[in-house]
Amino acid sequence: MGKVAIAILCVLAAGCGGGGTAPQALSADDAAYQQKLQELFLDAKPGSVIEIPAGRHALDRVLTLRANGVTIRGLGSDKSILSFKNEISGPEGMLVYASDFTIEHLAIEDSKGDGLKVNDGENITIRDVRVEWTGGPKTTNGAYGIYPVKSKNVLIEDSASIGASDAGIYVGQSQNVIVRRNRAEKNVAGIEIENTINADVYENTATGNTGGILVFNMPNLAQPGQSTRVFNNKSFDNNLANFAAKGAAVASVPAGSGVVVNSNPKVEIFDNDIAGNHTANLIISSYFSTNYYNTRGVDPKYDPYPRAIFVYGNRFKGGGDSPDGLELKTLKTAMFGINGHFPDVLWDGYVDTKSLVNGLPPAAERICVQNGDAEVLNADGPNKYKNPKVDKTAFQCELPKLAAVELPHS
Amino acid sequence: MLDARAWVLCVCAAALALVACSRTSQPVHFFAEGRPSKLSDWQVIYTDGPNLALNAGVIPYDLNTALFSDYAHKLRTIWMPRGTSAKFSADGSFDFPVGTIISKTFYYPRTKGAARDSIAVARTYDQSADFSDKAQGELGLKLANVHLVETRILVRRQGGWEALPYVWNAAQTEAVLARTGDAKPLELVSDDGTKQAFTYVVPNENQCAGCHVVDLKTKQIAPIGTKARHLNREYSYAMVRENQLLHWTKLGYLTGITDPASAAKNADWRDVAQPLDARARAYLDINCGHCHNAKGPANTTALDLTIFAADDRYLGICKPPVAAGRGTGDHFFDIVPGNPQDSILPYRMRSSEPGVMMPEQGRTTTHVEGVVLIEQWISATTGRCS
Repeated sequence: MGKVAIAILCVLAAGCGGGGTAPQALSADDAAYQQKLQELFLDAKPGSVIEIPAGRHALDRVLTLRANGVTIRGLGSDKSILSFKNEISGPEGMLVYASDFTIEHLAIEDSKGDGLKVNDGENITIRDVRVEWTGGPKTTNGAYGIYPVKSKNVLIEDSASIGASDAGIYVGQSQNVIVRRNRAEKNVAGIEIENTINADVYENTATGNTGGILVFNMPNLAQPGQSTRVFNNKSFDNNLANFAAKGAAVASVPAGSGVVVNSNPKVEIFDNDIAGNHTANLIISSYFSTNYYNTRGVDPKYDPYPRAIFVYGNRFKGGGDSPDGLELKTLKTAMFGINGHFPDVLWDGYVDTKSLVNGLPPAAERICVQNGDAEVLNADGPNKYKNPKVDKTAFQCELPKLAAVELPHS
Repeated sequence: MLDARAWVLCVCAAALALVACSRTSQPVHFFAEGRPSKLSDWQVIYTDGPNLALNAGVIPYDLNTALFSDYAHKLRTIWMPRGTSAKFSADGSFDFPVGTIISKTFYYPRTKGAARDSIAVARTYDQSADFSDKAQGELGLKLANVHLVETRILVRRQGGWEALPYVWNAAQTEAVLARTGDAKPLELVSDDGTKQAFTYVVPNENQCAGCHVVDLKTKQIAPIGTKARHLNREYSYAMVRENQLLHWTKLGYLTGITDPASAAKNADWRDVAQPLDARARAYLDINCGHCHNAKGPANTTALDLTIFAADDRYLGICKPPVAAGRGTGDHFFDIVPGNPQDSILPYRMRSSEPGVMMPEQGRTTTHVEGVVLIEQWISATTGRCS
């Protein structure tokens, strides 16, 4: 009896002695819909509109688009849902290599990799798209929710990303970008602008992430980023424990970060409501603080300093009271006591010493904080936090304001 | 006077007739447009009862080091219209004439005693039982010994290359166009009897482009294997064993090269007599280089895994990842010299989980022997990341 039962179990498990696990097959209806949808993606040409009907459509394979001038349109990000829970071939939910592309009013759920990736496109509109990992924040979730990369003229609006194991809305190596009125929750990084030139990030809400809004420059890439404006956003209570895999760029972001600028020049941060972020409401830092710097692996031409950062008119509230990581915790307690808190702005203190004139960076490259009572903690990272100090007057400077981003198609 | 190609074709046709040739006399059919619904419409390869046979003028070829595809064996063929030929290129894919048809049949040796439609297939590198003749593939595959899964057609049309996937039926008599791909449950059986269930994924047309669009700006599909460094090797043809580039030249299929010895040549990744570095770089070149090159879809990562990449950070040495996400596997650098266990690259090769694994498509199993090779190579790399 026992042996028979085991044999039957083996058959049921369909994997006894084998390494692979058979993925769950789609229902006949879903399989038929997937085939139809795949054909629409294959046959799309300029002017095509692919409509996604209401309902949760289970798919097991990435949807790839290569034709320019295509619109993909659902009936609402809570109504037309593409679910990739059983994905066997991807890893993205949707992968777009095309220009003049619009996607709107739909949701992409539970893809194994990125939700929506747009690579090397021009004139991209992403509107009312929700990308979500429905099981909550997990390291095994896909890396990026909405991910345009190497693209030009990108508009992301009224969209949402929830649960990405790296960045929710992640704009990489792009030019002329507007990210507005979006919602980012329970991601490691809510919104991340990386190696991008000319980005306006406004009227977004980032909450419940590890870090709310990030502006980063990574080494070794063809395009160093610059000129990002972050304004009129709400970034609050981003205190989720960092669940990124180690080694990922955002794994270095401490839980409780409202807005983070890392190694990216010409960043203007103003008129935001930034509150309740336990490490600091605003962090300004260098690649040297990330643990990834090494001379062999990083291009010597890479500029790891955050230069020309202008912070003004933000409404900071709370935060800084329970920083993430032993070093910062120790630092906070030593300087401000158990019940104290970091000032609103935490700067790791790395400066390009070669550029200093009379001990200060050139006027055009300074960090300027003209934000009412807001103070800056220079954590003295280069000396292992030996001589941290709070200052305000040293940051009383002004920088020319950046121009607004204008998109030809918005 | 008979030209060289006609002569060889005559001999081949005669040889075919001797072996099994009961075939149709229809020539290869180049479709200038459209998508023929059956593989046999092309008349490139066809089943004639015991064999999957090659039509006249259809030449089989092999690569020094090939892409891993879930342990599938591959029969590659090329055909060009009479009087046309490809132009040699030292580094890139040859410039093929309109009308060129490349086919690639993915198949497995059958396990002993397995029925024709059995999903159990052999996991082996041994190809000796695959062919209808002691020659490598010119006389086709022996259907009694193999399980055909899919045949991909790459056809050079006026507007460029197009890719069409065909999936073999259970009776193994015909392959049918599957534009949207397919998924086939199979079971790999090793020599020691170990079994591994897996899903063989046939790509859809857009996924074909996922590898074959090697230049994101032009967006043109191009063959990957038909480059000098991959083709520069000997092949056992029915009548002769000789260098493929030489053979193609003699047939009139290739112009612009006089001496194959002067052409680039990748190592055979399995040939332990060749230097470890050459084997590893050949493996990375064909498995990763079609995306990870300066113009490819993975140029977002600054990682170049082609044979041309310098031995530095852009090959991954001490390089922090850009957008690997959870694909880091908790590791900090793509390659940590001397330390494969801390390197991202073999971690992603070892994984068979979408979102982690590399390459992103084209396999659902792990290429164990490939991972071992790359780990050995990284172990032999010296220096530190500091």
